[in-house]
Amino acid sequence: MTQASSTSIQNAYSSGRLGSSVPALLLLTTMAVSAVLFLFLQLAGTTERYNIVGAVLLGIVLYGVILYIASRLVEGSRRAMDRLVTTLVATAFVIALLPLISVMFTVLANGSARFDLQFFTYSMRNIVGVGGGALHAIVGTVLMTLVASLISVPIGLMTSIYLVEYGRGPLARAITFFVDVMTGIPSIVAGLFAYALFAIIFGPGVRLGIAGAVALSVLMIPVVVRSSEEMLRLVPNELREAAYALGVPRWLTILKVVLPTSIAGITTGVMLAVARVIGETAPLLVAAGFTSNMNYDLFDGRMQSLPVFVYSSYVSQGTDAQASLDRAWAGALTLILIVMLLNLLARLIARYFAPKLGR
Amino acid sequence: MSSSAASTARPVRAKQRPGDRVFSGGALAAGSLILAVLAAVAAFLVLQSIPAFTTPADEVAILAGETFWTYVWPLVFGTLWSAALALLMAVPLAIGIALFISHYAPRRLAQGLGYIIDLLAAVPSIVFGLWGGNVLAPAVQPFYTWATENFGWIPFFAGPASGTGRTILTASIVLAVMVLPIITALTREVFLQTPVLHEEAALALGSTRWEMIRMTVLPFGRPGIISASMLGLGRALGETIAVATVLSSTGAVTFALFTSDNPSTIAANIALSFPEAYGVNVDVLIATGLILFAITLVVNSIARYIVSRRSAFSGAN
Repeated sequence: MTQASSTSIQNAYSSGRLGSSVPALLLLTTMAVSAVLFLFLQLAGTTERYNIVGAVLLGIVLYGVILYIASRLVEGSRRAMDRLVTTLVATAFVIALLPLISVMFTVLANGSARFDLQFFTYSMRNIVGVGGGALHAIVGTVLMTLVASLISVPIGLMTSIYLVEYGRGPLARAITFFVDVMTGIPSIVAGLFAYALFAIIFGPGVRLGIAGAVALSVLMIPVVVRSSEEMLRLVPNELREAAYALGVPRWLTILKVVLPTSIAGITTGVMLAVARVIGETAPLLVAAGFTSNMNYDLFDGRMQSLPVFVYSSYVSQGTDAQASLDRAWAGALTLILIVMLLNLLARLIARYFAPKLGR
Repeated sequence: MSSSAASTARPVRAKQRPGDRVFSGGALAAGSLILAVLAAVAAFLVLQSIPAFTTPADEVAILAGETFWTYVWPLVFGTLWSAALALLMAVPLAIGIALFISHYAPRRLAQGLGYIIDLLAAVPSIVFGLWGGNVLAPAVQPFYTWATENFGWIPFFAGPASGTGRTILTASIVLAVMVLPIITALTREVFLQTPVLHEEAALALGSTRWEMIRMTVLPFGRPGIISASMLGLGRALGETIAVATVLSSTGAVTFALFTSDNPSTIAANIALSFPEAYGVNVDVLIATGLILFAITLVVNSIARYIVSRRSAFSGAN
């Protein structure tokens, strides 16, 4: 006995611990076991298709339980708890990935059916059943988003300049607070506001492209203010002081020093704001309505937009339900591509045109 | 000329150029315009919703003979109930993800993983609606049937299960997915601001990583978690089109999660009824929108108040 214990003098750094490769091997094993189990379920006819989500989740649960028990036996309760939390936290991330992957996959798979030339060159005028496209919706989205940006970028930018360069005292605090509050306005309320505004001028039941643009700018202004404000605050004070020391007036300092330094960040913020409002459905549904015709005039009649096009082709499917659904998915794919492209461009601009502040 | 003597006594003032005056005036006007817009939103909504309260209920088609308050109560209930369910799912998940990105993932991967979660925020709500109605609802329906058959004695799981899966729980899952990136982004920022010395002190005392997080990161981040959840709540309360596409509602006031008897939400009800509404019906819908506006205003103000009380979380708002 004494012989045995003396030869097995244990390494102080590895005794009482699970080996570093144990979790990875265990994860592989439980995943394999769970995969095989679900394969049997599929072959036995319990599930129609192979249940990938179920297999992954069962594998993770098995892994967590076994690792907790093993760790509790070998390493004690504190380390076991630590390992359990690590598993849970990583699982939370995996769970969040599931809807993202599922959404992307479904939209790609279903949207590619009608993602063709006709979709981008036809409107829905006089189209019943198969065919037709979303040109009128794309034109409407571009026009309304453009006008919304033309309204909100100057207002948002000037407000952020006020907050950073001029604003002191209660008014600045009030604006900061209410910009935050404005960020939380539900999009449908913005739509109702635009409708109410234009209904008072033009009478009840009015639907106009410009009303949609106003609704979008109510949603867009606070986003632009917040992001530009953050970017303007990043401009080092030394630059401003250097300009003042050279006798440059304040407004020229802002125009020629502060804005050029932060223009990349501001552009990024504006593009992210555009990406946010371009996917808004509810305010446009309420304020701009829906139509199947081309409409280039913001001040005359209803105007279709891409999200509303998706919504209305999904809700009122008409004679050929599948054709309408296909159009809805193709519209969703277009929308996602536009939003992703805007996001990507924004990140690229932020990365490559950012001012070199560090030394 | 007499003023020259007086001006020497006054402190030196910066020269006011016309450009300066125009520019600062413009900035001030833009800032004030935002306050005006917010006031206008409230004013126009109030103005348009007055007829909803003054017109006799039996003259309004959408009320179907009931009073305004009996019409709006199931909607308010559905709004609060679905948002609460969504938060119940999203907040623990978001805290887990935020911890994973800030304290568990390898440093070099962390930013990329953050971008991936932000991608969820970029997906338009109508796409989530389509996905929830066509993919998620059929996928969870068998589980609903199973749960009502085996656990039907729990009030929440009361049967019979909905045949389409478009229940309040499915809508809440979609809502949870939509508010997840918002809560995650804010809590992540707060977790990253935990003083490194606190963390190192906890580790130096021999605590494991989880004990370190429980002792330093979570207490430090608690106000941030609360305010992030409130902001997520504000978003979930106001979400319209995803709920309108996913949920098939009957206007019932019930806590059952899996049945086809579901309450609608204020926002979804407006989106569904507005295109066909006319006359006073429009004013009734705008009045419900005003109630939604008031609810989200209160929720957001509380969140902002919590954030501003701890101005250390400057990155969190």
